[in-house]
Amino acid sequence: MKKTMHVGLTALMAAFVLAGCSSVPLDDKSNVPVETRNTTGTGSGTGANTGGTGQSGVTPVDLTKGGQNAGLGKVVYFDFDSYVLKDEYRPLVDSFAKSLTADRKKKVVVEGHTDERGGREYNLALGQKRAESVTKALALLGATDSQIEAVSFGKERPAVQGSDEAAWAKNRRAELVYR
Amino acid sequence: MIVIVPDSTTRSTMHNIRRLAQHRSARSSGFFHAAFGSLLLIAAALFSSKASAQFRVEISGVGATQLPIAITKFRDEERATPSLSISAIVRADLERSGVFKGIDAPGALDENSQPVMTEWRGRAADALVAGSITRLADGRFDIRFKLWDVVKGTPLGGQSTAVEAGDLRLAAHRISDYIYEKLTGEKGVFSTRIAYVTKGGGRFTLRVADADGEGGQVALNSAEPIISPAWSPDGKQLAYVSFESQKAVVYTQDTASGARRSIANFRGSNSAPAWSPDGQTLAVTLSRDGGSQLYLIGRDGGTPRRLTTSSAIDTEPAFSPDGRSIYFVSDRGGGPQIYRIATGGGNVERVTFGGSYNISPAVSPDGRTLAYISRQGNAFRLYTQDLAGNGQPQALTDTSDDESPSFAPNGKLIIYASRAAGRDVLMTTTLDGKIKARLVSTTADVREPVWGPYGR
Repeated sequence: MKKTMHVGLTALMAAFVLAGCSSVPLDDKSNVPVETRNTTGTGSGTGANTGGTGQSGVTPVDLTKGGQNAGLGKVVYFDFDSYVLKDEYRPLVDSFAKSLTADRKKKVVVEGHTDERGGREYNLALGQKRAESVTKALALLGATDSQIEAVSFGKERPAVQGSDEAAWAKNRRAELVYR
Repeated sequence: MIVIVPDSTTRSTMHNIRRLAQHRSARSSGFFHAAFGSLLLIAAALFSSKASAQFRVEISGVGATQLPIAITKFRDEERATPSLSISAIVRADLERSGVFKGIDAPGALDENSQPVMTEWRGRAADALVAGSITRLADGRFDIRFKLWDVVKGTPLGGQSTAVEAGDLRLAAHRISDYIYEKLTGEKGVFSTRIAYVTKGGGRFTLRVADADGEGGQVALNSAEPIISPAWSPDGKQLAYVSFESQKAVVYTQDTASGARRSIANFRGSNSAPAWSPDGQTLAVTLSRDGGSQLYLIGRDGGTPRRLTTSSAIDTEPAFSPDGRSIYFVSDRGGGPQIYRIATGGGNVERVTFGGSYNISPAVSPDGRTLAYISRQGNAFRLYTQDLAGNGQPQALTDTSDDESPSFAPNGKLIIYASRAAGRDVLMTTTLDGKIKARLVSTTADVREPVWGPYGR
């Protein structure tokens, strides 16, 4: 008797579970109302995991918005007269390197910049050094040469207008751009 | 002879006056007028002499040995060419050279007149120019002029020429060249051209203008930056760096036709083009092998030959006039300084030692003077230095945002960019820094001037 009940209960539970997991075709044309049980990645935002989906929740990963390094940005800042890659930017560089090693068709251009002080050509070369600091780090982390290029805009393309330290600090930078 | 001078007159000014007095004592009542007038002006601060409002030339400074010259309005000039004044262009050219002081010249003379020399000596002129402009039946303009030595009371020469309307400015500049050569023995640069970059309204242009900054024509119009223009030695092409493909690429462009080609587009940045004196080769800065290093490349592009091999920044090459060496900027010693290397490669020799930041070398046409920009404190200032022996750096300005010096082909003037009243402007200066002129243009910001060669 116990065994029968056990089997019956199992069958019942199975029936419930199966009923719950029945897949509903999204293009059902029979006008039967469709109940969508899960939200999968529809391109918006990271971490849009609605917790209430229980055992079948899926967290979307949006590569188109650089979501892989969400919150890390794509700009590295430098001290005056320096092209040293500071530790605080290692996670950002790491995340780009991971993306490049995961997909060998991806390419990144690193654009180096300086603040407005000093000569144009010398600053072009300083910006180049900043860009190369970043590409060297990417290469050490596994990116191949053909995936990375370092270029410079020198002082020709400031991010922020102004002639004070606040503006200068925002212009001494390298930007990582997928191309 | 007795010459009255203010207490503040310097020894060198006194030396110049004595030298001039000996040189010109034979001719010279005009000299005393000029010297006395100049000395009074030295006691004053700066003076500025404005030509007619139409040209807005701003010239400042005074030299002890300027030759006073009177240029009368050319007969019929206002009627024949209402949009420009040939006589005013000539006066502004001669004053900008630093060698001449324009004397106001009322009256109606032309090239056939018999000027009364005592009258002109009374006005303290040493030389006199008069002429005429006549509109011809075929629409061209007949321009004639004569030049007199007022002190001797004799004509020195003159010319007549017929030009199209579009060449009126050029005709005026050629008159300035003629007068300059007759009176100084040196070649004039008034009919040469300059190129420069403008930035405004989110756009950049590369322009070609007369050496006085007027008549600018657009050679390149771009939404992205243009930097480092460089004239070919024959004056037919401009090399420059364009960021149109989101990185620095070197182009050469024929100014007459607009035909252009990219001659250096290697991995990374390509910049700082400099033509060899024979026009066959360019030195460029490339990052193709990592860092910024100097390479030589043919005028049509091709495979570059590496010239410097350092782990530092090597950039801003400039050929010596004999083509045998290349001056350049390197920070191999810590900060940027100017060095020299043989064009065939080899030892690198340091040239600048004053201060911690020296960039943008330009070599005079006779190979004897280096012009460059030196950072002094927070100021970037134009300096020169003799290249033979122990040349001491000489500051030419007291402004603080100077950049991009370039010599005129006669070596007597330097054009550079500076900042005045919040705007980027183009300036010329004599080599002693005494006479400066601001080239006024109507566009917002102008930078990166380069002086073209003789001949058009």
